[in-house]
Amino acid sequence: MHQAALLGGMMRDAPRYGWEMAQPALHSWRKMAEAVQNHVKSLNWGHRVQLQDRKVKYFNFKASFVNKHTVCGVLKGGKEILLSAEHIVIATGGRPRYPTHIEGAVEYGITSDDLFWLKESPGKTLVVGASYVALECAGFLTGLGLDATIMIRSIPLRAFDQQMASLVTEHMAVHGTRILKGCMPLRVEKLPDGQLQVTWVDLASDRRDMGTFDTVLWATGRVPETRSLNLEKAGVHTDPHTQKILVDAQDATSVPHIYAIGDVAEGRPELTPTAVMAGRLLAKRLCGRSSDLMDYDNVPTTVFTPLEYGCVGLSEEAAVALHGEEGVEVYHAYYKPLEFTVPERDASQCYIKMVCLRNPPQLVLGLHFLGPNAGEVTQGFALALKCGASYEQVMRTVGIHPTCAEEVSKLRISKRSGLDPTVTGCG
Amino acid sequence: MGDVRGVSVPSPPGRRARLSAAVTSRLSSAAREELRRRLLGLIEGHRVVIFSKSYCPHSTRVKELFSSLGVECNILELDQVDDGVSVQEVLSELTNQRTVPNIFVNKVHVGGCDRTFQAHQSGLLQKLLQDDPAYDYDLIVIGGGSGGLSCAQEAAVLGRKVLVLDFVVPSPQGTSWGLGGTCVNVGCIPKKLMHQAALLGQALTDSRKFGWEYSQQVKHNWGTMTEAIQNHIGSLNWGYRLSLREKTVAYINSYGEFVEHHKIKATNGKGQETCYTAAKFVVATGERPRYLGIQGDKEYCITSDDLFSLPYCPGTTLVVGASYVALECAGFLAGLGLEVTVMVRSVLLRGFDQEMAERVGSYMEQQGVRFLRKFVPVVVQQLEKGSPGKLKVVAKSTEGPETIEGVYNTVLLAIGRDSCTKKMGLEKIGVKINEKSGKIPVNDVEQTNVPYVYAVGDVLEGKPELTPIAVQAGKLLARRLFGGRLEKCDYVNVPTVVFTPLEYGCCGYSEERAVEVYQKENLEVYHTLFWPLEWTVACRDNNTCYAKIICNKLDDDRVIGFHVLGPNAGEIIQGFAAAMKCGLTKQLLDDTIGIHPTCAEVFTTLQVTKASGLDITQKGC
Repeated sequence: MHQAALLGGMMRDAPRYGWEMAQPALHSWRKMAEAVQNHVKSLNWGHRVQLQDRKVKYFNFKASFVNKHTVCGVLKGGKEILLSAEHIVIATGGRPRYPTHIEGAVEYGITSDDLFWLKESPGKTLVVGASYVALECAGFLTGLGLDATIMIRSIPLRAFDQQMASLVTEHMAVHGTRILKGCMPLRVEKLPDGQLQVTWVDLASDRRDMGTFDTVLWATGRVPETRSLNLEKAGVHTDPHTQKILVDAQDATSVPHIYAIGDVAEGRPELTPTAVMAGRLLAKRLCGRSSDLMDYDNVPTTVFTPLEYGCVGLSEEAAVALHGEEGVEVYHAYYKPLEFTVPERDASQCYIKMVCLRNPPQLVLGLHFLGPNAGEVTQGFALALKCGASYEQVMRTVGIHPTCAEEVSKLRISKRSGLDPTVTGCG
Repeated sequence: MGDVRGVSVPSPPGRRARLSAAVTSRLSSAAREELRRRLLGLIEGHRVVIFSKSYCPHSTRVKELFSSLGVECNILELDQVDDGVSVQEVLSELTNQRTVPNIFVNKVHVGGCDRTFQAHQSGLLQKLLQDDPAYDYDLIVIGGGSGGLSCAQEAAVLGRKVLVLDFVVPSPQGTSWGLGGTCVNVGCIPKKLMHQAALLGQALTDSRKFGWEYSQQVKHNWGTMTEAIQNHIGSLNWGYRLSLREKTVAYINSYGEFVEHHKIKATNGKGQETCYTAAKFVVATGERPRYLGIQGDKEYCITSDDLFSLPYCPGTTLVVGASYVALECAGFLAGLGLEVTVMVRSVLLRGFDQEMAERVGSYMEQQGVRFLRKFVPVVVQQLEKGSPGKLKVVAKSTEGPETIEGVYNTVLLAIGRDSCTKKMGLEKIGVKINEKSGKIPVNDVEQTNVPYVYAVGDVLEGKPELTPIAVQAGKLLARRLFGGRLEKCDYVNVPTVVFTPLEYGCCGYSEERAVEVYQKENLEVYHTLFWPLEWTVACRDNNTCYAKIICNKLDDDRVIGFHVLGPNAGEIIQGFAAAMKCGLTKQLLDDTIGIHPTCAEVFTTLQVTKASGLDITQKGC
């Protein structure tokens, strides 16, 4: 859906590049949703086929523990099946959290679990939350031409680099998403015409305000799917605050032969590729094929907001907290992607920063990239960080001209110098 | 009277240090006075004098230092002259230093090896060297492209008086352009923008699958595109001039030609000539497209020099050549909806990994580009004038007597490029060029055989022809010459990308070259086809994009070749190139977590080796 929104942007660029379009394009949610859903269904099917190919038995039922070695599954007809195993892996993930204390939240609101499966356009939408899910959804809805508002209680993208996070939201605002900062919803009511009326409070002024929307999307976080597992029967401990399962470096829970991986495990990044790799490594260890542990350091990730944000390693705040203001050197640049020039797109938020140790050889601690194709750009640099890259080594890498990624290899201006970090020209 | 031998390090003819009178080591006071006078004369008469011994490693280091600075030295090898012992005695009286090397710069005694290097580090040496004969400039750069401008600007930032000569000789079709060189005017920049225009055409097609609805009729307007691109280029030209002015680099729009040592003649568009002198010169004149040398080529064919500012749509086009320029141009022209044929003499993308090159070609074929393999044009005739007109091209097979004919609106030649080194008087000052290619051989500090003449960019022999390399080389050269720095340009593991409809990025060895260097049995090649997520919904082919790495089994499975064919290859490969600089291995790739969903993540999950012969196709819907 992000891609659909990007295509919308490209279609606006196209006339500047000589493509003559009779009239501006309109977007059909129904068509997009059908295509996306078909692809997802084909993936579901693919996973089932793969399981079958590899002779993995698959049951479509909800399971819960009976004891340390046994789980019970309830089939659709209510029939129960007991299964026992030497090792058990819990990978039940998480589901979006509903703010149940807000009146009308559950009755009238939806979550990202529903959004992608909507058959009809959500229309004018209020997205509540500041997680990457919230920003991504509000971003692509705007890009598809819908009226989207995002309501943030405190700060966007907590735990991410905050300078980058504010640039992300700044770009979204320029891009047409309405942003209500420091606001908290109080209740949702359904009006006679079917629209949803949301009342919220501005936390700074304590002023109340109201607005009507077609859809209210909750993206305030996710809860791990642990409550219905009867974990206590197996003796698996969870964190009382997060409800996530406590695990050690081997991914083992408080019961040594029961493991937990992915979003359900406490302290792990909630990312698909980390879950995939953790699963694969766990299987290898269980079969005695290797003793490799998952390395959760320097996990790269990308937020697919309209202007994508990719990062790997430490945020500037985290680096300063670890090494002190004096121990850290930050190199940065505002750049303009070449493709933005012809359609005169605003590039005010296209920004890169590299967080390094200050002492030579200035080991790279973190890289933050805001711009088109951030995911593609960040992946290779994640490898460079893995290889222990220094600032000097990155600077000695010849750039690929003309790309956005080459700007990373040309970061000459340090924040400390106070010089203007705006890139001009090719040199 | 005896000649003093020595002078092994570059020094122009006729400027050898001369001492007279063979003297014994036991000197009379008169003889001592005589020698003292002669030594002082030597010191006063030359910019740099090094008293040295030919076997002394410290002396060698000092000589190398001056050589890297492009400074001529007068060297007296004490072990190779008859009166060496006496010279050493007198020197020690003069300087309180008995050891060699013993260095004088512009009459100032600098000291020995360590002191000289300290002076170099502190900038004192440069300052001493600066008091030079009255040249007009410290540096004249010939050629205002990526390499020349970066060198000129950096030298100016370091406080030097710099002149840039830039003059674009119009193409046979009459096209010329402004400051900035090939990349900005007739290379990377317009090429990438036209590639983007073509990609947007693809995006328009894809967008329907993603729910966008618009009227069927979408046509491309060549004029709108080129005008927008030329406007952008105009702003870049202007930006360069502004930037030169800000950095007080003198810029003259004239053609430069050496007339004698340290002296160049600049001829402007009106034929007016002015001469300038400088202590140092940088040749950065780049290359221009080659013509076939057949009947009708210069009259009727265009090259990449003309294409990007062509005032009319080229229509049905024949692209001659299989260089990356040829394939990129053919690719975007086809993407804009034109009928395009590519005539290839032998292989696609010579020098690149041939498996990748063939995949690039076959995707282009899928996109409607027609390839005529093993043919070369012999005659181009005009059938009709016009914008565009109609041209008939006769071509003959490279394998037999067969000839074919075709009619096209435009014929674009992209068969290679020639260095612009021939008509600039290099022979007058003795700068060697490769007679065949016209390229200039340089040492590892970009110095030609004439010590005060340097070269950067595409004119260099055996170096990659890439903008960022030229920029880097130019900047580092200026820093070495004027900034007391020693860092050299690193030409190893240079990443590059071909912006064909499906982009191809690579870094390090091609598979063929790797096999040549390391032997097949010492290599492991991992590869896979992949299906970008954006292509799934758009129903584009699931077995086209391809990733390949070449690992050296004898060195920890180090990645020595990295190849990707897919969307955004340029953005993907940059970071991996940085990782290769840091010694990337297969294990590190396996240990790194992918960014989901991207194309780049495919490199973190490569499992199938080529040797295994296992299936790498992706199963679609």
